[in-house]
Amino acid sequence: MTASTSFLHGAARVAGRNLTVWRRYAAASALGNFGEPLLYLIALGYGLGRVVPPIDGLSYAEFLAPALIVSTVMYTATFEGTFGAYTRLTTQGTFEAILATPVTISEIVTGEILWGGLKSAFGATVVLVVVRAFGLVPSWLALGVLPLGFLAGAMFYAMALCMTALSKSYEFFNYYFTLLVAPMYLFSGVFFPLEGAPPWAHRLAQVLPLTHVVAVSRALVRGQPSWHTVGHAAVVLGCAAAAMALAARLLRRRLQI
Amino acid sequence: MSPVVEACALEKRYADFVAVAGIDFQIAPGECFGFLGPNGAGKTSTMRMLQSVSLPSAGTLRVLGMDPRHDGKRIRTRLGVCPQADNLDPDLPVIDNLLVYGSYFPQARAVTARRADELLEFVALGDKKNHAIPELSGGMKRRLVIARALINEPELLLLDEPTTGLDPQARHLIWTKLRELRARGVTMVLTTHYMDEAERLCDRLVIMDGGKILAQDSPRALIDAHVGQEVFELGASAAEARDFLAGLDLCGASHEHTGDLLAVFLSAKHQLSERLIERARGAGSRYLLRNATLEDVFLKLTGRELDE
Ligand SMILES: Nc1ncnc2c1ncn2[C@@H]1O[C@H](COP(=O)(O)OP(=O)(O)OP(=O)(O)O)[C@@H](O)[C@H]1O
Ligand SMILES: [Mg+2]
Repeated sequence: MTASTSFLHGAARVAGRNLTVWRRYAAASALGNFGEPLLYLIALGYGLGRVVPPIDGLSYAEFLAPALIVSTVMYTATFEGTFGAYTRLTTQGTFEAILATPVTISEIVTGEILWGGLKSAFGATVVLVVVRAFGLVPSWLALGVLPLGFLAGAMFYAMALCMTALSKSYEFFNYYFTLLVAPMYLFSGVFFPLEGAPPWAHRLAQVLPLTHVVAVSRALVRGQPSWHTVGHAAVVLGCAAAAMALAARLLRRRLQI
Repeated sequence: MSPVVEACALEKRYADFVAVAGIDFQIAPGECFGFLGPNGAGKTSTMRMLQSVSLPSAGTLRVLGMDPRHDGKRIRTRLGVCPQADNLDPDLPVIDNLLVYGSYFPQARAVTARRADELLEFVALGDKKNHAIPELSGGMKRRLVIARALINEPELLLLDEPTTGLDPQARHLIWTKLRELRARGVTMVLTTHYMDEAERLCDRLVIMDGGKILAQDSPRALIDAHVGQEVFELGASAAEARDFLAGLDLCGASHEHTGDLLAVFLSAKHQLSERLIERARGAGSRYLLRNATLEDVFLKLTGRELDE
C-alpha cells in the first residue's frame, strides 16, 4: 500500500462521492434545471417580452436567455451548498465518516466546492441547450458559459458553505436566501438592464457577485466579449477565491472539535 | 515490541470543560484494550483523539508510532473506525457504502471491490448487497459499519460501543467476528457499557469516570483486586442489614449496602460463605451467592448513583 493519498485524490474522491449519489437522481435533477428556466423563458421572455421594447437591439427573450443560464447556476450551487452540504455535515454525518479516513478537512472543502462547480456547470449546460433550441444563442463563444458556470458555481457554492458552517439549523438559511440570494436574483441585471438605472442602484449592483457573472454570460452568448468582460471575469475569480478561503476556515472551525 | 498506542498525561478540553483529565495508557500490538465508563466519562473523546481527528489539548499521544498532530493522514490510512453513532451513507446502497468509503484510501479499486465482497460475507450481509441503508435493522447497520471499518485492512481498529442497542444474537455475532479479528492479530480498542462484553473481549481495560482512569488491568485481575471471587447478596433494608451483620466476624471482607441489597465481597481466604448462608436461612431472608464480575468492580469504583 502506498504511504498515503495526495490532496487532489482526497478532494476528487469527495466530489466523486457526491457524483455517485447524484447519478442516482440525475434525471430529477436535470428536470429541475430544465423545467424552471423554460417556464421563465416562456412566461417572461415571450409573454412579458411582447410588451417590452427591444433592449440594445435585443428582444426581451434574447436579453433574458444568457442571464437565465447563470441564475440557474446560482440557485443550483446555493441549494446544494446549503441544504445538501448541511445534511452531510449534520444529520447524515457524512463528513464525520470521511474524517475517519485519510481524507482531511481541506480536502473535504475542496472536493465539495469542486462538486458545486461541476453540478452548476451541468445545470448551465442544460439551460444552454434549452435556450439554443429557442434560437437565442447566436455565437459559438456561448460554450464559454460552461467554464463560467463551473467557476461561478464554485463561488456560489463556497459562499453557501460559509453559511452552512455557521448554521445551527435549516431555518437559518432563510436569512441567506431572503437577504442575499433573492435580491441578487432580482437586482443583478437578470431581468432588466443596469445601464440607465440611477447611479446609486448601478453602484449597488456592482457589489453583487451575480452582476458580474451575468455580464460575462451575456458577452459570451452574444459573442461580443470586450475588456470589460475580462474585468467582470476577474471579479468573479477574486470573489471565488475569497469565498473558498473563508469557507475552508469556517468549516475547519466547525469540524475540528 | 513498541506499543501501538502510547498516551501520556493526555487531556481534552472543550472550551473550559475538561472531558479527559490527563490519562496514561499503553496498548500493545495484537491486544484488545477496553475503555469502560459511565455516560460522559470521556470514552468517545479519547477515541476521537486516537482517531487523529480531534487534537489533544495537552499531553502526548503516539499512534502507530506517529504523532496525530502532524501525521493524521498517515495514521488514518492504517486505522479502522467504528463510530458510536452510525454514520452510514443513507444516499447509497449497502455495497456502495463500502466501495465509496474504500475510495478514500490509497488502494486500487479492484482491491476495494474484492474486499467489499469478502467483508459483506464476513459480517453475514452477503445477501443484502443492494439494499438501501434505511431497510437494514440496527444490528445489520452495526455489522456494516464494522465491515466498512475493515475496508483498508487496518492494523488498529477503534470500536466505540460496537454493540450498544443490539439484541443478544446480534451481539454474539459481532463478538465472534471481533474475536476472529483479534486472532488475526488486529489490535483493537473498544469502549463499552457492557461488562460481559468487556470481560469476554478485552485483554486489558481501564475503568474511566469524569475524564480520569480509576483502574487499569486485565478483567480477572481487576475483579480479584477490587472485589474478590464471590459476592454474597442479601435482600435487606438498612436496619435488617445491620442486624444481620451484628456480631459477625467478616474476617476483613468488605461489604456494601445500597437500596434494599446487602453485598459482601468474598475471597477464598475468608471462608465465610457457609456461615453467611446459614445465617440468611435462619433469618428466612432472600440471598444469592454468585461469582464476582466486572460489574461489581465497575459499580464499586464509579458509584451506584446516576451522577449526570
Ligand atoms: N464537542 C463537545 N463540546 C463540548 N463538550 C463535549 C463535546 N463532546 C463531548 N463533550 C463533553 O465531554 C464529556 C465526555 O464526553 P464523551 O462523549 O467523551 O463521553 P463518553 O464516555 O463517550 O459518554 P457515552 O458513554 O455517553 O458515549 C461529556 O460531559 C460531554 O458532554
Ligand atoms: Mg461515547
